[in-house]
Amino acid sequence: MSHSSSHNLAAPGTPGRVCGTTGLGVCLDAQKFIKLNAVVGIVFLLLGGIAALLLALTRWQTVHLLPADWFYRILTFHGINMLILWILFFEVAILYFACTTPLNARLFSKKVAWVSFALMLTGGVMVDYIIIAGKADVMMTSYLPLLAHPLFYLGIILVAVGTLVGVFNYFATLYVAKRDQSYTGSVPIVTFGATAAAIIAVVTLLHGAVVMIPTFTYSMGWTPQPDPAWYRLIWWGLGHQSQQVNVCAMVSVWYLLSHIVVGARPINEAVCRTAFVLYILFINLASAHHLLVDPGVGATWKIWNTSYAMYLAVLASMIHGFTVPAGIEIGMRERGYTNGIFGWVVALPWRNPAFSATVLSLLIFGFLGGITGVTLGTQQINIIAHNTLRIPGHFHVTVVGGTTLAFMGLAYYVIPLIFQRDFICRGVARVQPWLFGFGITMLAFGMSFAGSMGVSRRSWDIEAQGVYGPAAHLWLGVLGIGGVLAFFGLLIFALLCVGTLFFGAKIKDRAMTDWGTPPALAGSKAGSLAHDHYATKGTMVLTLVFLACFAVYYFANWKALADVWPVR
Amino acid sequence: MSLKPLTSPWFHAPAGYEKIWLGCAILWCFVMSLMMPYWHFRGKQNSTGEAYTVIPADFLARTEKFVAANRVGTFKGTTANPFMGELPLVEPPAGGDAYLIGRMWQWYPALRLRMGETYRLHLSALDLQHGFSLQPLNMNFHVLPGYDHVLTITPTSKGEFTIVCNEFCGAGHHAMSGKIFVE
Amino acid sequence: MNNEPNKHPWQKVLDNPWLLLVLGVIIPVLSYTVWGWIELVLIKPALLP
Repeated sequence: MSHSSSHNLAAPGTPGRVCGTTGLGVCLDAQKFIKLNAVVGIVFLLLGGIAALLLALTRWQTVHLLPADWFYRILTFHGINMLILWILFFEVAILYFACTTPLNARLFSKKVAWVSFALMLTGGVMVDYIIIAGKADVMMTSYLPLLAHPLFYLGIILVAVGTLVGVFNYFATLYVAKRDQSYTGSVPIVTFGATAAAIIAVVTLLHGAVVMIPTFTYSMGWTPQPDPAWYRLIWWGLGHQSQQVNVCAMVSVWYLLSHIVVGARPINEAVCRTAFVLYILFINLASAHHLLVDPGVGATWKIWNTSYAMYLAVLASMIHGFTVPAGIEIGMRERGYTNGIFGWVVALPWRNPAFSATVLSLLIFGFLGGITGVTLGTQQINIIAHNTLRIPGHFHVTVVGGTTLAFMGLAYYVIPLIFQRDFICRGVARVQPWLFGFGITMLAFGMSFAGSMGVSRRSWDIEAQGVYGPAAHLWLGVLGIGGVLAFFGLLIFALLCVGTLFFGAKIKDRAMTDWGTPPALAGSKAGSLAHDHYATKGTMVLTLVFLACFAVYYFANWKALADVWPVR
Repeated sequence: MSLKPLTSPWFHAPAGYEKIWLGCAILWCFVMSLMMPYWHFRGKQNSTGEAYTVIPADFLARTEKFVAANRVGTFKGTTANPFMGELPLVEPPAGGDAYLIGRMWQWYPALRLRMGETYRLHLSALDLQHGFSLQPLNMNFHVLPGYDHVLTITPTSKGEFTIVCNEFCGAGHHAMSGKIFVE
Repeated sequence: MNNEPNKHPWQKVLDNPWLLLVLGVIIPVLSYTVWGWIELVLIKPALLP
């Protein structure tokens, strides 16, 4: 097959098809790799989820399922599979979508995509194997001087390099699409958000290389041990910044799904894109919040960086926290749902699992994740939070209740549109996001309250200390039950996806079976509110309530801090 | 349109409710931006990260010297924790320096402090990273081998306080414990 | 249509992923990584009198 000089999907000889549901072009190369990466991602999600169940049933000390050594081993396994493997594979799939279909472009290179996939999969299998073999009981963070088997570091390096290769494929596709004029004008917001995620991924993966390579060579005995303080600084440049990639990807998915389901559009493209730019420039600074009670890095560095440069990246999140619901509200009001301030909310397609996942993700991430994150990441407040269970309480509502739930919602459209199969057991699918969202929220409440009582993260048995009372155990029980519910939500999702791939009704030359979109009422007119800047009353109320919650939680924590001993 | 390229002019300034929200959000970010520097100068709890490099063996020697010079008794553990059988109980001079080692799997030595006095507490680790977590106050600081992390600290409450370790440090991590008594 | 000569300068920035990539790498690397690294390098040895 001759190498097509044009990467336009419409060019002759380009492997592509037209989607029967949306009418958009689909690049068959991208489709293949979206499928591969998404499926592998969900496999790692399931592995990480089984680990999660075992951990929840251990920290719930009434059950105390695992023995100590396996607890620490499975905890390492859980962190790696969820925060690195599941998330990065799924995000590469999202990137391949975002640079092709919306731009009517063809993926830059199949060979590069294969290299990326092979590196990532090899690395993932390597890391999982060596952890289960008991040679890497070091937690995902693998803080020096804790030392794992060299394959642990090599595996992570391969995953990081593989992801970077995938990101290169993304940027190359963008470049060639622009050069060959596959599209005219500015890229759509979904692609813009994906670009932001890809840029942040570059920073993340560069830090990963800088920290993991000398650690690997040290584990082989070739070079001296890197300094532990330096290791923490650079590792969190990989560790937290990978989560910022997740935030960008999640927000892009919110725009994508709210558009597909209710016809939402950004109310102001310049504002939304500027918010993504604030992420690009400043969100990575906040990796400093892992080092707030560390020796060596000073107060000025801590305060400047943990504030995301004066909370500019927090501003970005607050912007998206307005514009995403506002877009939904406009979409609904234009369809005729204009009853009162919240009439449109009632009429939303709550039974559409992609939609419910999106809204739950937004609420959980915003109200629980964002508020706790900014608060815990305040230099001084961190004193009463560092390494307690409050920290996992925070990140389970951001990465899991936020990003993972949004990605699950996306799967409810990706599988019909890309894999071209309608979901099986649709009634169960409609319930799944609620089950998972509720379970994770309950888990996080258990963690946060136990952590406020001083219970540590990463600890197999709190009774060994003799300082925790029945209230701590109560909250660990809440953690346990929440974890079990979340596990079932996750298991159902994985089974639905795999089952659909094998048994779902094939979609060929027809539209996918609709999950439910609100019908346009009589008198509705698309675009009618384009110039009404005061239409989003419901969103305005919602965001003001959010701000009030934020202020209360934030100042309550300062008060709690003021009650401990003076220290500098 | 979120999925199609924008071909008509789209760049315009915020207006209406989105502009109001932008103003509220910026104001709130401003308030938060002021809080940390404010607390740094006027608040009593800060983490300045005062630290010096140190060789673990030297820090151990200095700690043993501190123990020998200021020992006032012995702490005898009453739980089944095998690492907390017995620790020297040491009282630093008022306003002076105290030395505390984190090692697998105990905080050494046990300290006795006076309420209202300010101490320079030197924290370091001999082997791995550890997490100094003082309960039930829930004050948490990170401790690294090769670094002397100095906390200028003033106990303002009396009683028996337990130092939990909250950074994973191997098989005995969850049992790693220490004691501070304030009188 | 968006190639009009009166494209707002900020829109030009938003439409340029390469500029955003460069800034997105440089700013965090300087502010978080390089500055933090310098802080660590400048730590003095303990006196331990």
